[in-house]
Amino acid sequence: MAAIELQQVVKTFGPIRAVDGLDLTVPEGFCLGLLGPNGAGKSTTMRLLTGQAIADGGSLRALGYELPAESKEARARMGVVPQLDNLDIDVTVEENLAVFARLYRVGDIGAAVDRALALARLSDRRGDAVDELSGGMRRRLLIARGLVHRPRLVLLDEPTVGLDPQIRAEIWTLIEGLRAEGTTILMSTHYIEEAERLADEVALMAQGKVIARGRPGALIAEHAGRRTAEYYAPPERRAEVRRAAVAAGLGVRSAGPALVIVGCERAPDGLVPEDAIIRPSSLEDVFVELTGEELE
Amino acid sequence: MRRIEPAAVLGVMSREVANFRTFWRSTTFSSLIEPMVYLFAFGLGLGTTLVTQVDGIDYVEFVGTGMVATAVVFASALPAMFGTFVKHRFQRTYDAILAAPVDVEELVSGEMLWIGLRAAVFGTFPLVVTIGFGLDPAPGMLLVPIFSFVTALAFAGFGVAVAGSVAKIDQFNYVTTLVITPMFLLAGTFFPIDQLPEWAQVLSQLNPLHQLVVLVRNAAFGFEWTDLLRLAGLVALAFVMWRLAIRQLTGRLID
Repeated sequence: MAAIELQQVVKTFGPIRAVDGLDLTVPEGFCLGLLGPNGAGKSTTMRLLTGQAIADGGSLRALGYELPAESKEARARMGVVPQLDNLDIDVTVEENLAVFARLYRVGDIGAAVDRALALARLSDRRGDAVDELSGGMRRRLLIARGLVHRPRLVLLDEPTVGLDPQIRAEIWTLIEGLRAEGTTILMSTHYIEEAERLADEVALMAQGKVIARGRPGALIAEHAGRRTAEYYAPPERRAEVRRAAVAAGLGVRSAGPALVIVGCERAPDGLVPEDAIIRPSSLEDVFVELTGEELE
Repeated sequence: MRRIEPAAVLGVMSREVANFRTFWRSTTFSSLIEPMVYLFAFGLGLGTTLVTQVDGIDYVEFVGTGMVATAVVFASALPAMFGTFVKHRFQRTYDAILAAPVDVEELVSGEMLWIGLRAAVFGTFPLVVTIGFGLDPAPGMLLVPIFSFVTALAFAGFGVAVAGSVAKIDQFNYVTTLVITPMFLLAGTFFPIDQLPEWAQVLSQLNPLHQLVVLVRNAAFGFEWTDLLRLAGLVALAFVMWRLAIRQLTGRLID
């Protein structure tokens, strides 16, 4: 049984089609990264899965429950980590977790809180008000709150947005632990590195639908080749190289002062200037190749 | 109507209790001191200079028993309005709660019940203070927390419904100026409503706060059979406001 099955899901807000015929299946124990720019429909998809948005069309199932009719049953087995911190800041760390353990009808609240505290490495701060915690600690607590009832499926909405690299690495370790336990994860992100590192597969979303899906490495190889060149030069010189690259059938784009040539290993000898910077192609290159839009 | 699970409602209330523990001292302090200030100003000030008795009741006792309704409305409608708006719009608390197995019905029920219970307790404070000012205790007063609870539920529902209807927090000014303040002033707390023009007397009869004022005074000085109708009216209003609150907040929370 798939943990998530969405078929031809449509959700509109007035004239805007936030989700537009979305098909998405996530097998159990799988980590799928939803990658796309703001407005691609990632957060709306998350809200559809928690019953906080009702689809205008299509069919949705989560953990075998039909949505939105059986949303409550699904939510009881699902953990959600929102993008925005919505902890109760005057309340202690422990109480924040206990309240959600009650909302999720956990039997042994004390044990669940202890486990969540250990997971977030906040056992020694259990009696402190959330307001006294650092940004990274609050983020870990937010994740622990979504896991207090040991969910089978976890929805992570931009789990590391706005965090500094060190804290981001801590959160990644926490998510890797979840993956190792076999928890199904649907994670929206617009950080390429996050998706590449954590996800079994990545679904690239644009304008409310999935435009490509696969293992990060396979997607990159298929759409962006192995290497990408970034060439910094005066505009006339860049224009000259761009014309040659287009004539050779390569993907090109401007990125600020640079000309980006995707899959440059396929370029004829001499096309890529020697002083160009060569780097491995990334999911961002795939995304731009497929949509013409930047991710961030 | 969907089935409401007590565990979900209690879970929502437990969050309120956890938060209340962080600010109960200041709230309790103001709930105790405020009626004292009113009783000194109106009861002892006005009561010893201009009015000594109203309808055969000492003025300080007249105001003190009426103050229960004031305490109830300020402990229910305002926290419901502002609290709901802040939790929805600024703190995003409801997004987190609704991601758990809790429906909007249960969320609203938990919020209203908590506010109702809190206001029922705070509503008794003016009565206790007035006893300190000379009001004789009466067995009927034991029912005052129930009257306060039912009325507070209605005003909590009203507050949640308003919060689910306005676009900006400043729009609460219209509600406090046009609804809460006139209700509070025309409740018969500070003067008997039979002194008002006839149209205002009719409006006062429709004012749930006035019905609470009468219920509390009758609890202190002797019930009438019509008090059952008053209580039934308040229960019906609480039910209507509960459904309205659910309807309005669902529109806000579910896309």
